[in-house]
Amino acid sequence: MILDARIPSGPIADKWDRRKFENKLVSPANRRKYQIIVVGTGLAGASAAASLGELGYPVKAVFIHDSPRRAHSIAAQGGINAAKNYRNDGDSVHRLFYDTIKGGDYRAREANVYRLAQTSVNIIDQCVAQGVPFAREYGGLLDNRSFGGAQVSRTFYARGQTGQQLLLGAYQSLMRQVDARTVTLFPRREMLDLVVIDGKARGIVARNLVSGELETHQADAVLLCTGGYGTVFYLSTNAINSNVTAAWRAHKRGAFFANPCFTQIHPTCIPVSGDHQSKLTLMSESLRNDGRVWVPKQPGDKRPPAQIPDSDRDYYLERRYPSFGNLVPRDVASRAAKAVCDEGRGAGDSGLSVYLDFAEAIKRHGVDTIAARYGNLFDMYRRITDENPYDVPMRIYPAVHYTMGGLWVDYNLMSTIPGLFVLGEANFSDHGANRLGASALMQGLADGYFVAPYTVANYLGGTTLPAVSLDHDAFGAARSESQERIDQVLKVKGRRTVREFHRAIGSICWDQVGMARNEAGLRQAIAAIQALRSEFWQDVSVPGEANNLNPGLDYAGRVADYMEFAEALALDALERRESCGGHFREEHQTPDGEAQRNDAEFAHVAAWEFKGVGARPLMHKEALVFEEVHPTQRSYK
Amino acid sequence: MRVHLKVWRQAGPDQPGRLVDYSADHVHPDMSFLEMLDVVNEQLIKKGEDPIAFDSNCREGICGSCGLVIDGIPHGPDKGATTCQVHMRRFRNGETITVEPFRAKGFPIVKDLVVDRSAFDRIIAAGGYVSMNVGGAPDANSLPIATHVADQAMDSAQCIGCGACVAACKNAAAHLFTSAKITHLGLLPQGEAERGRRVVRMVEQMDAEGFGMCSNEGECEAVCPKEISIANIARMNRDYLRAMLR
Repeated sequence: MILDARIPSGPIADKWDRRKFENKLVSPANRRKYQIIVVGTGLAGASAAASLGELGYPVKAVFIHDSPRRAHSIAAQGGINAAKNYRNDGDSVHRLFYDTIKGGDYRAREANVYRLAQTSVNIIDQCVAQGVPFAREYGGLLDNRSFGGAQVSRTFYARGQTGQQLLLGAYQSLMRQVDARTVTLFPRREMLDLVVIDGKARGIVARNLVSGELETHQADAVLLCTGGYGTVFYLSTNAINSNVTAAWRAHKRGAFFANPCFTQIHPTCIPVSGDHQSKLTLMSESLRNDGRVWVPKQPGDKRPPAQIPDSDRDYYLERRYPSFGNLVPRDVASRAAKAVCDEGRGAGDSGLSVYLDFAEAIKRHGVDTIAARYGNLFDMYRRITDENPYDVPMRIYPAVHYTMGGLWVDYNLMSTIPGLFVLGEANFSDHGANRLGASALMQGLADGYFVAPYTVANYLGGTTLPAVSLDHDAFGAARSESQERIDQVLKVKGRRTVREFHRAIGSICWDQVGMARNEAGLRQAIAAIQALRSEFWQDVSVPGEANNLNPGLDYAGRVADYMEFAEALALDALERRESCGGHFREEHQTPDGEAQRNDAEFAHVAAWEFKGVGARPLMHKEALVFEEVHPTQRSYK
Repeated sequence: MRVHLKVWRQAGPDQPGRLVDYSADHVHPDMSFLEMLDVVNEQLIKKGEDPIAFDSNCREGICGSCGLVIDGIPHGPDKGATTCQVHMRRFRNGETITVEPFRAKGFPIVKDLVVDRSAFDRIIAAGGYVSMNVGGAPDANSLPIATHVADQAMDSAQCIGCGACVAACKNAAAHLFTSAKITHLGLLPQGEAERGRRVVRMVEQMDAEGFGMCSNEGECEAVCPKEISIANIARMNRDYLRAMLR
């Protein structure tokens, strides 16, 4: 099978306009004859469901939470990029496009990224019109800041709660459509399967998490907006209910999974305090503007930080990267922290943290200035750790934060199953091997507000879709398979809890498929995952029954899927014999320890086709062609 | 450390509920309150008992999913914090802690500590938005908004929709939640056109959901994890009166 990304022809700046004109349309009177299902209500899902509802399509919004507003987009702190050039500092659509391609270490599709940069300007207009209270300057115009190492100020923000305000904007538009009766909400429902009829996505099986009933829903198009798979690592900055289940089940029905090994580990998170911990908390990377990162020079030096004189400290980022110092990109900073901790020089009882020291900044600027800049972050740190960062250095450690990989989609955001669209973090498309700060919110909203409404219409308008009823065998079969899987997991009645298995799979992934990977470790990981998967099905203990609200059962289904998905993650990492962005293969580094890409052999998207649990999936390659940006080696020395 | 718990257990909406005693051993002071409950649940699963159901998601104080009444206080003892942000170091070794769901007519219990807060979604659906379709927005900088106005709107927009305000109110009123959205949108020029219609519809929906009247005691403000001010309620009442007199 040849993967056709269906990129429009012509100059890159004209491609999207060309596609929009070529697209089939659905006339207003005919839209109500189609049924669309949107799974997930984060930025991508809420914006897509609202936009399609506004156009007059009947939409079912299916989500696991009690309210659409709980999706984890709500927790994004920093901001959203847009090429508005309100600062007159040389920004443009082309520059945002260029920065995103380069930041992704040349592993993203140019045409998609260009469209993302183009639509970024419309997103800000849309959100302001919705009443999103972005930060403003005294003149009343919108404020911007620089973010993620960009040389221009293009990031719009709402205090430290940008994701919250953008999601509430999309949620309010969604609720307006609920009021208009175009969108129907299906809260506390988990998608367990995709129903494929005649090769097209025609519906889903969803479990009502309160009654336990399995429901089937018919559709003419299904949009998966279900986020990333960071919780495969157990500990991450993701919400505890984030999961890969909907995407993985669609994968098992024929949607290819692309680049699962592209995971982002964020350097400035509050470290693990004990094995009771359920999740990790991110602190904005802006802290690295004033804080200095260090560890003791000698392994095993357990003196309190204040008693370690400057001569016994190693400011390793400043030492290794004299020109960028503490401001190197996320992937580089994370790997360097791991390296010093592996040498036994980590701080804290666990030895798995590094100091982020503001003593010098406080001396230079005064406590008040530092409090004005970072007060809310310092408070958050103190609340969680019970340590006062004004007196003792903060301790930070990298944590899993975002997953660039996801279901493969073409330029129209359609997967390899016609009629199944994938939006936001759940798809693989725009960030390549590393996502830049403030780009996730941009992508989720671009996909939902400005891309899917056109491309879904094109699909509906250009496809013959015979009516299908819920009596069709495919619905019954998918429902039975979902039921069997639930019965099976309840029947095991073993000795180990789901959480124990989740921790175990997370620790395999973190140790061998985390910040640094090598062939031997990846092979070990694959064997360990396979062994753990069979232990899971023999020894898991799931409480309660399937006929009522049973969060333990929901959790079991998600962890069961991770037992399969983790193998795909490790295999993809094994097969990508190069280092790029967040994917660091120890065998492929420059003499001074930096990531070494191999453009000759690996300038492609690896899209995996499911061939059965435990069977080796088939890899398809989509070659990445760079016509606008010439790939170069990143250097931060 | 070790703590004793009295936890509200209720199998379903129409079943009777009661407080059940549990003890949590090997509690680390750095654990969050919900992580302590995770540990209790792990022990219950090992014993073959039904774990305690409670909602939580982001576990960093922003999604609004979690919400427990801890020793009589919605979200527990820390000011300006959600349940997931409370840590066990806040409690004494050997202490007995009572854990109950948010209780209100408008929030029926689903199971144990999980309540149905969909009434809040219906209040937002009754007008908690700006009626504009994608595609028609003017340039974002075409309408300057003074910083103090934008800041004040943001203060109200921070509401996370957790429902603690309702749980703390002796009348189970939803005035703080509803007024926060009315204030956020009412302060901004984008929300001005629908200001009157919005307040009337949202207040009517709030009443229809079975939430009580406001008697101005400020319990809501005291427990709000985002410290939203009851001045929002006064503003909502003014807007409502003005809209009704027109």
